[in-house]
Amino acid sequence: MLRNLTLFTLTFALFALPAMAADSNCLSCHQDFEEQDGPSHKFIRDIHRSKGLDCVDCHGGDPTLEDMDDVREVKGYRGVPSHAEVPRFCGRCHSDAAYMGQRNPSLPTDQLDKYKTSVHGKLLFGKGDKNTANCISCHSVHDIADSRTPHSTVYATNIPKTCGRCHADEVYMAKYNIPTDQLADYQQSVHGMALLERGDLGAPACNDCHGNHGATPPGFSSISNVCGNCHALQWELFDNSPHKIAYEENDFPMCETCHSNHKILRPSDDMLGITEGSVCLECHAQDDGNHGYETAAAVAESVNKLLVAHLGARALLNDAITKGMMTTDEEFRLKEVESALLETRSMVHAFNIDSVLSRSEAGVAKADSVTANAASLIDEYYFRRRGLVVATVIIAILAIALYVKIRRMAG
Amino acid sequence: MAEERSPVTAGSGQKLFQWIDDRFKIGALIEYMSGKVVPVHGHSFFYYFGGISLFLFIVQVVTGILLLMYYRPGADSAYESVRFIISNVSFGWLIRSIHSWSANLMVLAVFIHMFSVFFTQAYRKPRELTWLSGMGMMGLVMAFGFSGYLLPWNELAYFATRVGTGMAGALPVIGEQLMVVMRGGEEVTGATIGRFFGLHVAILPGVFTVLLSAHLIFIQRQGMSEPIGWKDKPDSEKKYQMFFPNFLAKDLLVWLIVLNVLAILVVLFPDGVGVIHWPLGTKADPFAPPPPVIRPEWYFMFAFQALKMLPAHILFIEGELFGIAIFTIGGLILALVPFLDRKSTREQKSQVFKYFGYLVLLFIIVMTVIGYIVE
Repeated sequence: MLRNLTLFTLTFALFALPAMAADSNCLSCHQDFEEQDGPSHKFIRDIHRSKGLDCVDCHGGDPTLEDMDDVREVKGYRGVPSHAEVPRFCGRCHSDAAYMGQRNPSLPTDQLDKYKTSVHGKLLFGKGDKNTANCISCHSVHDIADSRTPHSTVYATNIPKTCGRCHADEVYMAKYNIPTDQLADYQQSVHGMALLERGDLGAPACNDCHGNHGATPPGFSSISNVCGNCHALQWELFDNSPHKIAYEENDFPMCETCHSNHKILRPSDDMLGITEGSVCLECHAQDDGNHGYETAAAVAESVNKLLVAHLGARALLNDAITKGMMTTDEEFRLKEVESALLETRSMVHAFNIDSVLSRSEAGVAKADSVTANAASLIDEYYFRRRGLVVATVIIAILAIALYVKIRRMAG
Repeated sequence: MAEERSPVTAGSGQKLFQWIDDRFKIGALIEYMSGKVVPVHGHSFFYYFGGISLFLFIVQVVTGILLLMYYRPGADSAYESVRFIISNVSFGWLIRSIHSWSANLMVLAVFIHMFSVFFTQAYRKPRELTWLSGMGMMGLVMAFGFSGYLLPWNELAYFATRVGTGMAGALPVIGEQLMVVMRGGEEVTGATIGRFFGLHVAILPGVFTVLLSAHLIFIQRQGMSEPIGWKDKPDSEKKYQMFFPNFLAKDLLVWLIVLNVLAILVVLFPDGVGVIHWPLGTKADPFAPPPPVIRPEWYFMFAFQALKMLPAHILFIEGELFGIAIFTIGGLILALVPFLDRKSTREQKSQVFKYFGYLVLLFIIVMTVIGYIVE
């Protein structure tokens, strides 16, 4: 008897209790009167629900009660938070390291603290600005998804659109007196095209430069630190270059001065030198009292010389490949030239002609060697054909002589 | 015992000839050769394919020996040494290309030679052993091709050998052991190169030389086969040419033409052309994914494709095993045809074996074409 009772109790605990818990009165009532895109319907696909949380975990109340008025009377009922209350509303759990450690230990718990330091947080908490972004402005609400899933509003490829919802809206942003072309610029940039067109998740979205919860525009002096997160070599070269001091003295925004900010186009060799389109000419002029103009001219010439040598070697090697010659070794050497070209272009950020020359001259020497070897392969190709003609003539003479002999023997 | 005098007593180098003849009696041999005749008829052209095969074999031996001077067997050295031969050794590309082209042309010449002998029923008595030695050499030529394909140790060769040796594993009872023996282990590794290299440069040439010697001696003793019905023709309708020097001179002329064709192919297409190609490509990597299309050499394509097209099971046996059994039976019929074709022994044409030959030829051509058309 006792055994049967124990079995019944266990079975009830295993199946009936969770089933009862799942039948929350919140959802059943709200779904009755809300539209299909209402909170109670959206919540079905929310990450919090999939982790076992229910309406009451955020809003308080008692899901067993059937009358909504009774629910509001329950101690701890929090209802719908105001715009300004949202960050702390979410932070109840997300800033609680002990709680999050039980649920999702890999998730940081400093979002609220960072948010307070952000421009958004300062506007909300400092000025009570109800237009500024809070948690749900970016993450959405009731259908919040894991940021690693492509349908999340904060998935890497969706972030520009999410930020752009406010920042690209001229009317919405009018009172803040900041530009609204960032999204359009970003979409044309090398980063935007990599992320949005090629789906390269390694390319930066808005948050990679501005931060996410602590979003703020990087200051003039810190831009190179931000860019340097990914472009470490260029950052190091720039940091030790004469430009670093000059930019600081003149309040120039470091990397942005030459590359711009949101509309960072693929850098080209045309940016260098003293011809039209060069960014060097924005600051430097002939006889301006420093060597900037001459250095710019020398750097551009040095890069161009290597580029021309590389293209020449490539063209000649392609010709040898087309002719069916064995070019594996030379193709490997040409890769070294390509590396030298890449290094030389990076070395431009040192703004020192000697550093650039050391790389470019080494590259030119390798390119010249590939060119010479490719040329000898092409010579070899023609040598083989000449050899074939000679061999064919000799064989033909022998064959004709033999044929004549055979005819005579037959006669 | 009285000294036999040679009939050849005049001409340049007489003393040298006399010196040799006194010791080896080659005068008698020359006299015998001088009396040899070759029938002239509508299919005489096919007589030259035996000679072409022999010429290409000689080319193979010479270029093979030259390649041996730089080739280094082993998983860490085979690919590198072939690359060195092509790019650094003077005329290394030429030697490798001649070796590869003449190998393919030799297989083609051997096939044509075999089928021409088959369809003219030249295998009939008294040439049974000539046919058998020829069939043996054809098998060895295929083995030469299979073992040589792996030696550059490049990606294509590695995966094709893995598939090829894997097929041997499908044989009943001995399959697994045979595959392990062929590979020198469970997988195709550096040990496999060692085995294939030894096979390619020592065992196969040794056996081949014995069979070739026997084949040539048989031909010289028995002369060229005459077509069926030739004996019954009146003498006025029979036409002959002297083997020495007429036929031999024509043979040499054909060799010169083949040499020129070989030179043209080698210079214009050093890495082969179309489905017959052997680019060195990338080094074999057992951990790399296999290339999307693995194809054997063209002369194995018919068997490869047929085995691929067979269903998993036919009746109660595995499809692949069924295919191998059919090939074995077909090969045996082909090899034993001099003993099976009783009509040819009586100098009569055999329709059964003629159609069997057509069937085999059609099967080889159709399966090869399908193999290259279907991915």
